[in-house]
Amino acid sequence: MLPRDTISAAINAARAKGQPAIVAFMTGGFPDRISFAKHLHAVADAADVVEIGVPFTDPMADGTTIQRSSRAALAAGTTLKWILAELGAQTPKPKAPILLMSYLNPLLAFGLDELPQAAAKAGVSGFIIPDLPFEESADMRAALEPVGLALVQLVTPVTPPERLAMLCKASQGFVYAVTMTGTTGKNVDLPEEVVEYMQRVKAVSPLPVCAGFGIRSRKQVERMGPAVDGVVVGSALVEVLERGEDPAAFLRGLKAS
Amino acid sequence: MQSLSGQRGSSAAGLALNNEQSTTSERAEMRADLKGLDTAALMANVMNDMYPDEHGRFGPFGGRYVPETLVPALDRLEAGVKRYLRDPDFLKEFHAELSSWVGRPTALTHARELSRRWGADIWLKREDLAHTGAHKINNSIGQVLLAKRLGAKRVIAETGAGQHGVASAAACARVGLPCVVYMGAVDMERQAPNVGRMKLLGATVMPVTSGDKTLRAAVDEALRDWVSDPNGTYYCLGSAIGPHPYPYIVRELQSVIGREAREQMLKATGVLPDIAIACVGGGSNAIGLFHPFVKDRSVQLLGLEAGGLGTGLGQNAASLAYGKPGVLQGCYSLLLQDDDGQIQETHSVSAGLDYPGVGPEHALLQTIGRVRYEAATDAEALDALAEVCAAEGILPAIESSHAFAGAKRWAKQNPGKRVLIGLSGRGDKDMPTLQRTLLKGVL
Ligand SMILES: Cc1ncc(COP(=O)(O)O)c(C=O)c1O
Repeated sequence: MLPRDTISAAINAARAKGQPAIVAFMTGGFPDRISFAKHLHAVADAADVVEIGVPFTDPMADGTTIQRSSRAALAAGTTLKWILAELGAQTPKPKAPILLMSYLNPLLAFGLDELPQAAAKAGVSGFIIPDLPFEESADMRAALEPVGLALVQLVTPVTPPERLAMLCKASQGFVYAVTMTGTTGKNVDLPEEVVEYMQRVKAVSPLPVCAGFGIRSRKQVERMGPAVDGVVVGSALVEVLERGEDPAAFLRGLKAS
Repeated sequence: MQSLSGQRGSSAAGLALNNEQSTTSERAEMRADLKGLDTAALMANVMNDMYPDEHGRFGPFGGRYVPETLVPALDRLEAGVKRYLRDPDFLKEFHAELSSWVGRPTALTHARELSRRWGADIWLKREDLAHTGAHKINNSIGQVLLAKRLGAKRVIAETGAGQHGVASAAACARVGLPCVVYMGAVDMERQAPNVGRMKLLGATVMPVTSGDKTLRAAVDEALRDWVSDPNGTYYCLGSAIGPHPYPYIVRELQSVIGREAREQMLKATGVLPDIAIACVGGGSNAIGLFHPFVKDRSVQLLGLEAGGLGTGLGQNAASLAYGKPGVLQGCYSLLLQDDDGQIQETHSVSAGLDYPGVGPEHALLQTIGRVRYEAATDAEALDALAEVCAAEGILPAIESSHAFAGAKRWAKQNPGKRVLIGLSGRGDKDMPTLQRTLLKGVL
């Protein structure tokens, strides 16, 4: 199985058990570099897929929580090189497939020639790059293709229907359906339109669809669950880590018992 | 006038070049270095007005690196630009506002005393005399008129020195749209007079305390606002930076500076200047002055970046001098960054130049050697400011004073030459900084 197919498989396996998959986001090197690996394993045990955020100085798609965790991780000296080394050093491997979520510039600085191999070797299955729209992504897709890593496309409530279909076809691993127009971390109520929009995405997507941005509670997961294959939980998990609480307990609490 | 610049050609030969170029640009787009660029071909494309190309690129630079949420908004903006920036009705309204409200054309002043002191023939293009005190108004009124046509419900802007914020607040008041301006907390303090002006002009000023608390953080916050309401909000970006089509819009709207100056120089002296000099933050006043001269190969072009306290990382804001290629705030250009691709904090005494990136067209013009860029330090800029005050009875903005510092250096090495300086704005806004520096112990 190609690395990118492990992502769809993990989401589909969770979905097959009657629950939406949980895609958990944590900032690399946060709350500190020493405890990151311990939290990563705990999160990978409780979630179906793990996204690791590569901290960046200018996270323009992120709200205050992830801005804060990125700043702290950078201040602690976290780099993409460190994250890959840390991931590569894990034995046993984390139990869930791992994606890196990174703004483009740290990836460019690492070098597109070296990145795919280095990521694959570290056990990464794919990338989410929030400031790389499809039209600019040809080189990145070409670089990731030979090692079978996913480049996940995002769609939003303002994506026109034709573009939505195009992006769903082009995506790999899953389709990341952003719940609302805005940055990460808000507390969104999920009106009927959002559920309808998720159904529209599902209808045209050959891949599993995961809803993300603003998902924080079991109530929200229950509401979104029937319409999608998974949910992405980011800022809420970062806040749990910030408060020093148990991330696995929080993630398990999101699923209906 | 049928077009803003009156000079976008599309000869068959040019189109062929363009196609060739777009392949090169696709290959080069994601590189973190500039090895192997065919600069002769890029120069030919520049001379044929091929940029931005259909991918929104200036050679390898530019493009559109934004969250998916903003893609439809940028598509609409691009369609609006295609429809209106050449539309006779729109242009009639724009030019009427430029002449009756902005006060264009701005004067060309012969700097008699500076000419005597520096041993060259010095001419000043007086954007400090434009309404609200800087070139920024040319762009703001154009974009806010565009926002109105596109049906925007509100306008947002970022500002560093406060000049773009004031200009956008004024333009919004004039056109009848609500305006929100993001401004770094550090800049609100050093450009305090402009904060009050924005408020009086009816804008809401949002202090930005994230990141470096200066211009870069203000752009980040404005982008976050826009992501939250991409349909109703128009983002009026204030420099020649950001995702396509902004660098193009800003160049088109600011080129009025160079077009007027070129005509005025010919009228006053009978010949073109030997050199045109402007300061470069994001690069809007500089591209506005330079663009109409780019094909006049006899005219040298010189941009002055903020040299701050020195050449070390973090001591300046000279992205063309010290930057490496990368992607920030929607475009691929030269950036002050570390080896891990993290953006560096910058320093400049001038809030308007205190930015770690630069417009993609400047990155191209430097790469092909059509424009030379140098840095002027904080101290050199402040010295120049004092000299211009004493010699010509004009208080220039600290940003513009960097251009004067560069002009003085050049004039001394090139005696008797004819020098055109873009005086991008007036220095009234800089009084808090000047009290702490030049006037320390004086008042
Ligand atoms: C008077 C003046 N000149 C120059 C600048 C720098 O901007 P740009 O490089 O876009 O012209 C500013 C920016 O605030 C300014 O206020």
